[in-house]
Amino acid sequence: MTGKFDIHILFDHWDRFLEGFLHTIASSALALVGSFILGTIIAVMRIAPLKPLNWIGTAYVEFIRNIPLLLVVFVFFLGLPTLGVPLDGFTSGTLGLMVYTASFIAEAIRAGIQSVPSGQSEAARATGLSYMQTMLHIILPQAIKIVLPSISNQFINLVKNSSILAVVSGFDLMYYADLINADTFLPLTVYTIVALFYLILTLPLSMAVHYMERRFRAADR
Amino acid sequence: MKKRSYASLLLILLAACLALAGCGGKKNAEGGTLAAIKERGKVIAGVKYDTKLFGLKDPATGKVEGFDIDIAKALAKKILGDENKVELKEVTSKTRIPLLQNGDIDLIIATMTITEDRKKQVDFSDVYFEAGQSLLVKKGSAIKGVGDLKKGTKVLAVKGSTSTKNIREKAPDATVLEFENYQDAFTALKAGQGDALTTDNAILLGMQKQDPNYELVGGNFTDEPYGIAIKKGDAEFVKAVNDLLKEMKESGEYDKLYEQWMGVKPE
Repeated sequence: MTGKFDIHILFDHWDRFLEGFLHTIASSALALVGSFILGTIIAVMRIAPLKPLNWIGTAYVEFIRNIPLLLVVFVFFLGLPTLGVPLDGFTSGTLGLMVYTASFIAEAIRAGIQSVPSGQSEAARATGLSYMQTMLHIILPQAIKIVLPSISNQFINLVKNSSILAVVSGFDLMYYADLINADTFLPLTVYTIVALFYLILTLPLSMAVHYMERRFRAADR
Repeated sequence: MKKRSYASLLLILLAACLALAGCGGKKNAEGGTLAAIKERGKVIAGVKYDTKLFGLKDPATGKVEGFDIDIAKALAKKILGDENKVELKEVTSKTRIPLLQNGDIDLIIATMTITEDRKKQVDFSDVYFEAGQSLLVKKGSAIKGVGDLKKGTKVLAVKGSTSTKNIREKAPDATVLEFENYQDAFTALKAGQGDALTTDNAILLGMQKQDPNYELVGGNFTDEPYGIAIKKGDAEFVKAVNDLLKEMKESGEYDKLYEQWMGVKPE
């Protein structure tokens, strides 16, 4: 029985699958926006003409990027509550995802900014724009275009990594999948259905990456 | 041709039956388990090797220790006058009944819940440990029992366990958060992620022992009494074990053992 694929599981447990799917979407969307903003700030810090900012940016990226996501989430889930900041599983999981993904996004954006020819920023500064203005209006718009494909890859990873919420009872797809599996003992069916739900989210992102890569290649030609 | 194969099959079956009956009968031929123990000079007890507080093998010393083990020792002392005349054999929930029925062990003292189904296969002693599902809370918590788990309270449990289903029935308004295992759930409780943790009291007693800032409240709200299992039909041995349990309770030895392992006095 455990090896059989039984699609009825999807309909019998539809409410829990849907509940999990919605939580996965919500967590991914929040972490996506948050990590993009945070990642951009860190990237700018890393290349700003101010040493202390560089150090903070580098420390952030190298520390967060090189520890497991689970640890980052545990800081929010188990660490902060003992310091008097109560965060539930969903919130701490989403915050962990955001902080973790931001380190990868920061690296992608930094590479993008540095790939914009230095003449661009020199010209902008020569016209009287401040450093921040140069960044916001001249460098970042060009950099974002260059790094969009690699950032999108990070977003695909983010959606998949959101399954970390299952460990901190964040009511996501994977959490409910574990519970449905415990009730039905049909792991193959349950986790296949869950895989399809994740694909609904990640495949469009993946196709967007391919589309952007094609377009930018055409634009460069 | 076909007829002959049936006949030989029948013969083999018959031989197997005889052999099995012979094995089964051999050990019970002269008196029951009690006589066998006295003749052998030791009690062979089936116990768990992997269960905290009840029967756990210490990897450093190789010794198996726990509440169940001490009951076995007390039995050896009563029957043979020496608590060291006991041989422990590791059993699991799956192997314990076959091992008892084969005569490999004299009795099962292995966190075994008395159920109607099992009573068809083995005889049980009186209850020696009142197991059941309970609640663990931080000391001083407003939650004093399952009735206090109102709307807005969070109960921590382990994914897929029967205790999760039970708590949903007993406290339908509480939010149940489920974790991978007991250690994760306890860590979450310590971090303030929930108001109470629920599972078998034996596991909770172990956690309470580990961290005295937490305590069991409200008693058991499900009933899973542990009994000592004895080969079906051996009334003499059942009586001997029950007499022992009674003596231990009257002399205070039972309470002493209970407190030594569970960290608290029996209710």
